[in-house]
Amino acid sequence: MLINRRKFLTLGSLATSGLMLPKFLKAFEGSACILGGNKVLVVLQLSGGNDGLNTLIPFRNDIYYRERPSLAISKEKTLALNDDAGIHPSLSHLKTLHDEGNLAILNNVGYPNPDRSHFRSMDIWQTASNSNEVLNSGWLGRYLDAQCLDCARPTQVLEMDDMLSLALSGEHMKGIALRDPKRLYDTSQDPFFKKMLNTGTQQQTEDPVSYLYKVMAETVSGADYIFQQSKLRPSVTEYPNSEIGKDLKIIASLISSDINTRVYYVSLGSFDTHVGQQAKQEKLFSDLNEAIKPFTDDLKSNHRFEDVLIMSFSEFGRRVGENGSGGTDHGTANNMFMISGGLKNKGILNEMPDLSKLTEGDLNQHVDFKRVYATVINKWLQADDLKILGRQYEYLDFI
Amino acid sequence: MNNNQLKNQHLWWRAGFGPPSDQIKDHSRQKPEKMFHAILKASEKKPAFFDVADPGIKEMVNQPMSQGKMLSLKPEERQMIRKQSVQDISKLNIRWLDEMTVSDAQLREKISLFWHGHFATKTVNILYDQALLNVIREHALGNFRELLMNVSKTASMIQFLNNNQNKKGHPNENFARELMELFTMGRGFYTETDVKESARAFTGWGTTFQGEYDFRPRQHDDGIKTFLGKTGNLTGEDILEILLAQKQTAVFITRKIYRFFINDIADEEKINVLASQFYENGYDIRALMISIFTSSWFYDPKNIGSQIKSPVLWLVGMRRQLPMEIQNPLVQIVLERLLGQVLFSPPNVAGWPGGKHWIDSSSLMLRMQVPQIIFRSDAILSKPKDDDDVMMGMRDQALAKNIKKLRNPGTQLFQAKILWDDYIKNFNETTEPAVYDAIRDLLLQKPIPMNENDLQNYIDESNRDKRIQSITIRLMGTPEYQLC
Repeated sequence: MLINRRKFLTLGSLATSGLMLPKFLKAFEGSACILGGNKVLVVLQLSGGNDGLNTLIPFRNDIYYRERPSLAISKEKTLALNDDAGIHPSLSHLKTLHDEGNLAILNNVGYPNPDRSHFRSMDIWQTASNSNEVLNSGWLGRYLDAQCLDCARPTQVLEMDDMLSLALSGEHMKGIALRDPKRLYDTSQDPFFKKMLNTGTQQQTEDPVSYLYKVMAETVSGADYIFQQSKLRPSVTEYPNSEIGKDLKIIASLISSDINTRVYYVSLGSFDTHVGQQAKQEKLFSDLNEAIKPFTDDLKSNHRFEDVLIMSFSEFGRRVGENGSGGTDHGTANNMFMISGGLKNKGILNEMPDLSKLTEGDLNQHVDFKRVYATVINKWLQADDLKILGRQYEYLDFI
Repeated sequence: MNNNQLKNQHLWWRAGFGPPSDQIKDHSRQKPEKMFHAILKASEKKPAFFDVADPGIKEMVNQPMSQGKMLSLKPEERQMIRKQSVQDISKLNIRWLDEMTVSDAQLREKISLFWHGHFATKTVNILYDQALLNVIREHALGNFRELLMNVSKTASMIQFLNNNQNKKGHPNENFARELMELFTMGRGFYTETDVKESARAFTGWGTTFQGEYDFRPRQHDDGIKTFLGKTGNLTGEDILEILLAQKQTAVFITRKIYRFFINDIADEEKINVLASQFYENGYDIRALMISIFTSSWFYDPKNIGSQIKSPVLWLVGMRRQLPMEIQNPLVQIVLERLLGQVLFSPPNVAGWPGGKHWIDSSSLMLRMQVPQIIFRSDAILSKPKDDDDVMMGMRDQALAKNIKKLRNPGTQLFQAKILWDDYIKNFNETTEPAVYDAIRDLLLQKPIPMNENDLQNYIDESNRDKRIQSITIRLMGTPEYQLC
């Protein structure tokens, strides 16, 4: 029923703007591409390498306090989730979500032979490659390739940014990046662009000029579609004025519309806390905390919380021992946070990091992040994880 | 369009960074072959090295040592080098863009850009970055054997692929693996054992802090190794020679060159012929370039207008066709960032994948808006992503602020003065009705369905100059302008 209504609305909005529709697009008109299922994934990228040990704090671990004489957070300050671990004091809303049964934390996530360069490790996470291979497409871009190859516009995967991340760039299809639906719309509505689309090449071949016109047509059509959807049921909840607050408000509005978007990608940073970590992490976490609260409230009141999964990751964690500048340097394994009203397993999902067994001062990974991706692709997005990831990974059971 | 003009412009776009707009007349008169030899001749001169490094850095790393003592810098000094390097690498970036724009040695700079993406490294050390670029520019049109040998011994490469950590008993395979996979043969022509054995041969290859190659005999594994069927006490140089002796290396490099200079779709038959020549004449890059650019198939219609310009080619190409004085040159790096090709900062060791990878909805929209932005000295509203490798956790607040300034939305104006007189005089002899066609033929390598009539609402008819200006800016904002 829901699907039918959405399909009707989606086609409807295209049809109404049909008079303005460039000739070139008409060939695509038929395939609005609503994907099966109604689950939505929000990927939250904590850029710069978030310090996982000061996010989920092992407050009964002596080694933690020994290695971090100035940075360790005392047991009293943490928001205890169980007898062993507590969450960073600035993430009070995550504590609430945890107590409601809407938060799961996976420890010791990483990949073999970790790389400590930001850009390389971020590439590995975004392309879902092994550390000794280079891929030119991202895992969510390949999801688009697998699901939406003949769709009119790649709005199934959206990033809240001015630039598209590699994660959303496939071999054939690429997601759309935007900061603000209205700004994207205004840009795309330039009459000169429309003029070009109307006179431009209409061949659907693989040559570059057709490719450029296709991207242009998809952008104009996608921008129009996203903007119309964003006005349908805009969130009236108050969000903080931070970038992450604005991003999540737009996402909340789009989720409650009839848009066909299945994945939203949003970044927060920089968590590269070599110096003065305490204050920086606190600020970023407060921004996150203040933005997550209205966001989950919105989802709850729209009865979509059980359909939306928020998944956080960072390109690496940080070293166990603090450095001499009140900060921490690049590390390896880290934790991932899952927030949803539809979790199957909740709370802290696996053992806390073993600080007595380090490799050159770094945490060991026990869960390959690609297992998390496989789980999300298969169980949440109902897509073919083997095709998208190229290898079969064992699923986890948090969803 | 005059057939010679299309061919000559094709040549300029591929063997260089686009046609200089002040030679339109030559374009329609001269034979492409003659034009190529002029470009080649200008490119054979030894390049003037770039040196933009702050004297303070050089002084610091070259401070006199008492005998036998290693240079050990204080943490603050190292930090200062990094900080200054970030600024100096931006300077080097701009310096090279300028060179690409004005240099007559177009082919040398173009193939240097190719090698820059082939031997892709990223360090935050200006001395290493400019030393590698100078090695590349010196050997770019020379011999691939010498280029490979010299590049392999630069500090930039040794540091980037961790050969400093490659020691007897504790080999680090990073360089050995990429050497085979990306720099010489490509995947599928060697085994994991070859990787392990060759990594042993490169043990002891290090550099001094100043960036000079430094072989450390005590760290070198001088045992017997077997690599691609050859057994002996092989050195790093031996490994490179063995790789060069493989015909596959010539095929791999030639294919990559073909795809960069001619067409994304590889023509294996032609590649094999070119690769055999390249192999037999001992990896003479100049000869390979001559074979390509004097062939008749280079000018086949399927090769003309078939490539998506890289952001650097697009930017420099605009500057060459439309001479301009850019008052805030760093704005060009903002564009490089937004469009996905920052010089000295390739996405990974494999370099820029190119082709359709350059284009997504954001990058295409921006490319089509930039001519208008330049024309009006307008602001770039998009904001690049952070680069944590360069920001270094904002160790230095002033530096962080400096970098942040580059990415504040709305504040990044593209302040340029277009030298319209220089451009417009090209059309002095063009009759009024022919102006649109003349501009279109100058700017676009691909036919555009839009005609003058379609453009009428966008042309400023107030006078001849304005008319030329508005047609030019509009045509530069088309999808077809992204192609060459």
